[in-house]
Amino acid sequence: MNLRAKDSTPVLQRDHGLHLLREMLRVRRFEEKCAELYAAAKIRGFLHLYIGEEAVAVGVMQALEPRDAVVATYREHGHALVRGVSAASVMAEMCGKVEGCCRGRGGSMHIFDAAARFYGGNAIVGGGLPLAVGLALADKMTRRKQVTACFFGEGAVAEGEFHESMNLAALWGLPVLFCCENNLYAMGTALERSESETDLCLKAASFEVPSWPVDGMDVLAVEEAARQAVAAVRSGGGPYFLEFRTYRFRAHSMFDPELYRTKQEVEEWKKRDPIPNFEALLRGQELLSEKEMEIMETEIASEITQAVEFAEAGSWEPIEELTRFVYSEGPRP
Amino acid sequence: MSAKSAKMRTTYREAIRAAIREALLRDERVFLMGEDVGRYGGCFAVSKGLLAEFGSERIRDTPLSESAFVGAGIGAALGGMRPIVEIMTVNFSLLALDQILNNAATILHMSGGLFNIPLVIRMTTGGGRQLGAQHSHSLEGWYAHIPGIKVLTPATLEDARGMLWTALEDPDPVLIFEHGSLYNMEGEIGGDAGAVEISQAALRRPGSGVSLITYGGTLGKTLQAAEVLEADGISAEVIDLRTLRPLDTRTIIDSVTKTHRAVIIDEGWRSGSISAEITARIVENAFYELDAPVARVCSAEVPMPYAKHLEEAALPQVTAIVAAARQVMGRHG
Ligand SMILES: Cc1ncc(C[n+]2csc(CCOP(=O)(O)OP(=O)(O)O)c2C)c(N)n1
Repeated sequence: MNLRAKDSTPVLQRDHGLHLLREMLRVRRFEEKCAELYAAAKIRGFLHLYIGEEAVAVGVMQALEPRDAVVATYREHGHALVRGVSAASVMAEMCGKVEGCCRGRGGSMHIFDAAARFYGGNAIVGGGLPLAVGLALADKMTRRKQVTACFFGEGAVAEGEFHESMNLAALWGLPVLFCCENNLYAMGTALERSESETDLCLKAASFEVPSWPVDGMDVLAVEEAARQAVAAVRSGGGPYFLEFRTYRFRAHSMFDPELYRTKQEVEEWKKRDPIPNFEALLRGQELLSEKEMEIMETEIASEITQAVEFAEAGSWEPIEELTRFVYSEGPRP
Repeated sequence: MSAKSAKMRTTYREAIRAAIREALLRDERVFLMGEDVGRYGGCFAVSKGLLAEFGSERIRDTPLSESAFVGAGIGAALGGMRPIVEIMTVNFSLLALDQILNNAATILHMSGGLFNIPLVIRMTTGGGRQLGAQHSHSLEGWYAHIPGIKVLTPATLEDARGMLWTALEDPDPVLIFEHGSLYNMEGEIGGDAGAVEISQAALRRPGSGVSLITYGGTLGKTLQAAEVLEADGISAEVIDLRTLRPLDTRTIIDSVTKTHRAVIIDEGWRSGSISAEITARIVENAFYELDAPVARVCSAEVPMPYAKHLEEAALPQVTAIVAAARQVMGRHG
């Protein structure tokens, strides 16, 4: 599946192009609504928005199949939506309702979904990487040709768990796709202020893990890289590391005074906003009309309205059930 | 009243900041390090402004490497410095538990008394902010299990202001647990407030009918409960432990000897908790003084759920404290 011809002029199939745009927009609009609901105190706790980074999750998910697994961080609403977890169940989760994907037990930072093989929502930086290694180990031991995609920020590469996991995955030849979302800042700490070696692909290379940097603001580039990497991983070539260069337009969470970067820097990056740029590309190729864009926005708005209605109509889990799910209820297969 | 001792308004957050600032001014061996303590201003804004005043040598932003920077704090203390290490949240301190337990707490002993570790580690603890199961636990009781470290839990402005300096003067590692719900607590403090002793529990409210024994984030709720009880004709004495290790058994026993009844309020999980330890000490030392079994109000034994009503149900609340006190008083209904 070649999305770009050799001269790098995109050769896009219309349906696919529209699909990519729609998915990015869904995530954007969904999170804009989340920010509103946070201001209205319907969503609480920490809320980390993915706004600006949508091309990464959308592009990577195109390369995955339903049988594959995903491990993500606390900044995972977008990944969950694109992976097929319904907007309604994610929204209900964030509102703490029992109809949410985790019954309101997890919240924004801990989205899980069995059908989507979505293994969280991990809020310990680096904490998801060993899980991904283990999921892949199980696949390898049972000879399933499945891939585990593990998302994490560039801040996580400073944790021992990153290094230990990369080594284990490489040593045992495990089918993990490590997706590093390099948005340049870990909370307020810029990459060059936290890493002696800022070339993240070199770190991967030191474990003999093939790697390359990808423009994370370009959904087509992300998809292409992910497809190639997933193909290599699925064919038994061991893990792969992709560094997606991206940027978060919003604060780290809702409590961030943003003392560590300039407005001007944020504005510069907004010029590379993956959504309007991709929209322009589609229009340039006459794959998208004004009318279609309007329809797409309307459909997404209605999906989100329904998700909010679903969440608001939802119920609180009875307090008598507080101590459930500490241990399994009965045997499991 | 001299100008120096005139009362001033402050918050728990500002009191800790003033203490750190004073320590930096007073002793050039003191430095602060941790994630986002500098540019970001501290994840709970405790260290805001300190980078500008003291520079990046002494206000050191670290990468997300809890094990390494806590271990480096131990090493720096061995090397003659007086580090204050900040860990964002107690759940993240688990990544550094090896360094804290296997190095900080043991080197003095293993070296036959040759090397002491004058290190202070501060971290946020506790729930109540809907941060879910990876950011909300109260593990200070766990840490209090470990010989070789001291465990402080400031619950008042005076202790927030004063415990740090005393901790820095200690030749051995001291852990300070700041309950996240306290940072915005506001009140008056003496303009000359300074170091406080850390070896004794404090009587926060005298009473004669029942001893309510607590610390940290539950002190406020316990004092509220005492007021409710007073309206009900029950005179409750409130003990603030302040230091969980070494535990001031004397103050506890004196109080119980006077009231003959005890309720322990602890945000940790009940099993194997500091509340269990206190119960054991009462039973060991004042068994024949008791007119009723010791009662405990602890957190429900679940990882912290996100949904507000479930989190509230999981945490010790005023009504539960009142109910437990009434029960030991033999009041029913
Ligand atoms: C072990 C651990 N340390 C610290 C934190 C607090 N924290 C949450 S997110 C974050 C920044 C992580 O940055 P990065 O990995 O680059 O991901 P991003 O948030 O930029 O997506 C920090 C320090 C945490 N959750 N876990």
